[in-house]
Amino acid sequence: MTAMTRSEGVWSLAWQRLQGDRVGLVSMAVVALFAVLLLAAASGLVASNWQAERGVSYAPPTLLGPAPEFAAMPGMPASGAAGPAQPLLDLTSVDPLAPRYAEWDTATKKQSIETVTQSPTLPFGGDRLGRSVLDKAIKGSQISILVGVLAAVVAAVIGTVLGAFGGFFGGRIGDGLEWVYNVFTSIPGILLILAFAAVLGRGVTSVVLILGLTGWTGIYRLVRAEFMKHAGRDYVRAAEAIGASPLQRMFRHILPNVSHIVLVQLSIHVVGFIKYEVILSYLGLGVSVDQVSWGTMLAEAQSELILGYWWQLATATLFMAVFVTAFSLMTDALRDALDPKLRGLED
Amino acid sequence: MATLLRIEDLNVRFRLGREQGQAKTQPRWGRAVGDDAGGITFDIPENTTVALVGESGSGKSVTAMSIVNLLPDNAERSGRILFDGRDLLQASTAELRALRGRAIACVFQDPMGSLNPVFTVGAQIAEPLRLHLGLSRRAALARAEELLAEVGLPEPKRRLSAYPHALSGGQQQRVMIAMALACEPRLLIADEPTTALDVTVQRQILELLARLKAERRMSMLFISHDLGVVGEIADQVVVMRQGKVREAGPVAAIFTAPQDAYTRALLACRPRLDGTARRLVVIDEHIAGEAGQAVTAPASPAVPRDASAPVLIEARGLCKSFPIREGLFRSRAFKAVQDVSFTLRRGHTLGVVGESGSGKTTMGLTLLRLHEATAGQVLFDGQDLFALQGVARQALRRRIQIVFQNPYASLNPRFTIGQTLLEPMQIHAIGTDDRDRAARALALLERVGLDATAFGKYPHEFSGGQRQRIAIARALTLSPEVLVLDEAVSALDVSVQAQVLNLLKDLQDQLGLAYVFISHDLAVVRFMADEVLVMKDGRVVERADAQTLLAAPREDYTRRLLGAVPRGYTTTQ
Repeated sequence: MTAMTRSEGVWSLAWQRLQGDRVGLVSMAVVALFAVLLLAAASGLVASNWQAERGVSYAPPTLLGPAPEFAAMPGMPASGAAGPAQPLLDLTSVDPLAPRYAEWDTATKKQSIETVTQSPTLPFGGDRLGRSVLDKAIKGSQISILVGVLAAVVAAVIGTVLGAFGGFFGGRIGDGLEWVYNVFTSIPGILLILAFAAVLGRGVTSVVLILGLTGWTGIYRLVRAEFMKHAGRDYVRAAEAIGASPLQRMFRHILPNVSHIVLVQLSIHVVGFIKYEVILSYLGLGVSVDQVSWGTMLAEAQSELILGYWWQLATATLFMAVFVTAFSLMTDALRDALDPKLRGLED
Repeated sequence: MATLLRIEDLNVRFRLGREQGQAKTQPRWGRAVGDDAGGITFDIPENTTVALVGESGSGKSVTAMSIVNLLPDNAERSGRILFDGRDLLQASTAELRALRGRAIACVFQDPMGSLNPVFTVGAQIAEPLRLHLGLSRRAALARAEELLAEVGLPEPKRRLSAYPHALSGGQQQRVMIAMALACEPRLLIADEPTTALDVTVQRQILELLARLKAERRMSMLFISHDLGVVGEIADQVVVMRQGKVREAGPVAAIFTAPQDAYTRALLACRPRLDGTARRLVVIDEHIAGEAGQAVTAPASPAVPRDASAPVLIEARGLCKSFPIREGLFRSRAFKAVQDVSFTLRRGHTLGVVGESGSGKTTMGLTLLRLHEATAGQVLFDGQDLFALQGVARQALRRRIQIVFQNPYASLNPRFTIGQTLLEPMQIHAIGTDDRDRAARALALLERVGLDATAFGKYPHEFSGGQRQRIAIARALTLSPEVLVLDEAVSALDVSVQAQVLNLLKDLQDQLGLAYVFISHDLAVVRFMADEVLVMKDGRVVERADAQTLLAAPREDYTRRLLGAVPRGYTTTQ
C-alpha cells in the first residue's frame, strides 16, 4: 500500500496548460511582484514611514528637478527673514525678563534642535505635506489589494454557500434565497454600497464588509446554476446511493467540480472591488484618514491637479493600472487553463 | 452496377495540440482513419445500401463525415473520395455546400440535437428546398407536407407548424429523414440513425429507410455498431476496427462465412434472443481462441438457481408520480410508475424491460429511495424500506446498491479511483482505518479485473468499460445483497458489453448477489434474467419466467417488442 502513484489531477493539467500561455505567465509574474511588495509593506520592510514629511511641500519628481523657487536658493529652509542692519539697542536695564536670559540660554543649550533637511525633490514627487508619493503608493497598494482580495473572498464565500444551498435544494430554500438575491439586485449597486457605508462607517474592515456583502450576487447566480446542473448528475446520485449526506454531496462532490468557476469569479471580483474601494475612498467613505490607499491618493490628487501637481495622480494611476491589468490577464489565463471547454481548437 | 462513390486510400488525422520542449513546436497528430500502410478503400455502388460497422473509435463516423467534410477544423484528410468521378477532397467549400443536402444528405444519431428547437418543422424542411431547388415559400411548404406524408408522419399538415419538442424521438427522426430526402439526394448518409430510439421505433425507421431507398433508387451509407440492424438493412457490409477495414463484402457472405477473425468474434459475442450460453464470448478471447481452435467459450458449470432462496425484496403496489404544473396554480400528477409488484429472491435476477418512458428507471431509483415512492410498500428482508429513517435507513443502504447507465457521468471526475472506492467505506465505517479500506478497495479492483495502478488514477484515464467496472466495484464496497443495474451495459460497445455481462454473472455466482437488471435490450435481459417484468407506461404488462416470456409471450405488447428486435441477417430475407 505504500507509494501509490497518483495521476495528474485537474489542477496539474491546468498548470501545464498555463505554462504554454506567455501572457498569462507574465501577468502572473507581475501579480507575484505585487504580492511580494505587499508582504514587504505589511512587515514594515518598505514604506513603513510613509507618513514622514521627507520633502518640501509638493516636491516634484526627481526626474523633473526641483521647483523653480527652490532652484534659486539651494540651502533652504535655513534662510529666514533678514535681520535689521544696525546693532540692537541694549534694553537690559529695563527688561524685567533680563535676569532669566542666562538661565534660558543654558536650558536652550540642553535641547538640541534638529533641522530636518527636506529634500527639494522626491523620486515620484511629494504631496502637500511633503510625503513621498512612491511610499504612499506602495503602502496604498497594501491596503487596496488587501481590501480587494478580502472583499472578493467574503463575496465568494457568501455567494458559493448561498448558491450551493439554493441550487442543490431548490424548493422553499431556493425560493427564499432567490428573494434575497432579487432584493439585493433590485437596488442600484452604488446606492447599496453607500447605504452600507453609512451604517458601517470608515475603515478597512468596513470596506471589506461593504463590498463583500453587496458583491456576492453574481457569484451566487453562477454557482446556483452550476449546482442545479450537477445535483441531478449520476455521480451525485451515486454518492447519494452510497449514503453520502446532502452536505457531503454539496461540498465534497459538487464543489470541487465547480471550483474553477468560483476561482475565476473570485479573481474577476478582486479587480472590481479594488476599483470600488478607490471610488469609496474617493468619496470619503473608504479607509480611515490615517491610512492611505490608491483611492485616498486619487481623492487628494483632485485638488492638487488644479495647482499643477500631477504626480500623485500619475503614480496612483500607474500602480493601479499595472496591477489591475496584470490581474485581469491572469484571470483570463486561469479561466482558459481551468476550463478547457472554452478554448477553441488548439493550433 | 455503376459506382456512385469511391473512397480511395483515405487517411484522416486530427491535430491535437503541440509538442512541448522543442525550439519549434511541432503539431501532434492523432490518426483516426488509415495507418502507415495506407488508407481505407471501399465503393458505394448505385442503388445499394452499404453498412459501415465497427465499435466506438473504429473511425466509421469519421470516414462518413469526411465525405462531405463535416469534420472539425483540426482534421486533415488525404487520399481520394470520388463522387461521380469528381474528387470531393479537392472540392471548394462552395462546391461542397452545393452538394451537401442536394446530392448527398445526412441523418444523424440524435434527432433532438439535430433539429433546431426554435424553428417549426415546416420551416426546417422547407429550408433545403428553397436553398437548393429555389422553390417559393408556398411551394416549399407544400412539398414539405408531401415529404412528411412520405416518411409516414400522421397529420402532416398539422405537423408543419409543430416545433421539434412536440414530437417524439421517432417522429423527430422521421422529420430528419424528410429533410434529408427533400432534394432527392443520390446518397444518404445515415450515422447511427436508430441508436437513440426504442426497438419498436427502430423497427419502423429501418423499414422506412429500406422502403425509401427502394422507391427512390438511391444509395445509402448506413453506419451502425449493431450487427443485428446491419444484417437487416444492408446489401454490402464494411467492417472497421481501429481505423482500418477488416473485411468488406456482401451481407450474406459477412454473416454466413465471415473471413476475418474480428468479424467472427463480433458476431459471436453478441447475446442472442435464442441463445442459451452461460457466458458470452469476448472478442480478444475469441480471436486468441481461434488460433487454438477453441471457438466456444469455456463453459463454466451453470450454478442452478435455488428456487426456494429467501425473498429479499417484495414490492407491493409501488407507485411514483411527479407533479406537473398546469397553468398558474393547478398541478397534475404524472404517474411514472403505477402499481408495480414483484418479488426478488437472493441470488436471482429480475429483468425489467420496456421502452423509454415506461418507468423502469424510475422504479429502480425508487427502490434505492433516490426517488421517494408515492404509494405502495417494499419489504426488504421483511423490513419496510420506505418507513426506515436515520441509522436504520443508512444501514439498509449498504444492502442495496446501484450501477448507472453512463459510466462517464457516474464517477466524480475530481476523485481518484481510490477516493471513489474509499468514500462509501468511510461513510459506513467499514474497515478499521484507511489502510484497511485501501486493501479492501484493491481487492475489489482485482475482482472486477483492474490492476492496482488504477487506484491513483482519475476516471478520465479509463475507457467506458473500465469505468463501468469501477462503478461496479464502488457498489460492491458496501457488500450489498441487491444490485440495481440501470441500463448498466447499454452505453458500452458489444465486446465490452460481453465482458461486463460476464463479470456480472461471475460476481453473482461468487457473492450470491440479487440483481434488478433494467434494460431496453431484450437479448441482454434474456442472457441475464431469471424472471422478467415487461413495463409500459408505468405499469407491468407481463411478468413471467425469462424462458417462457421469450418463447411464448402472452401479451400483445411483449410480442411487438420481441418482433422488433433486429435479428441480423436471415436467409428468409
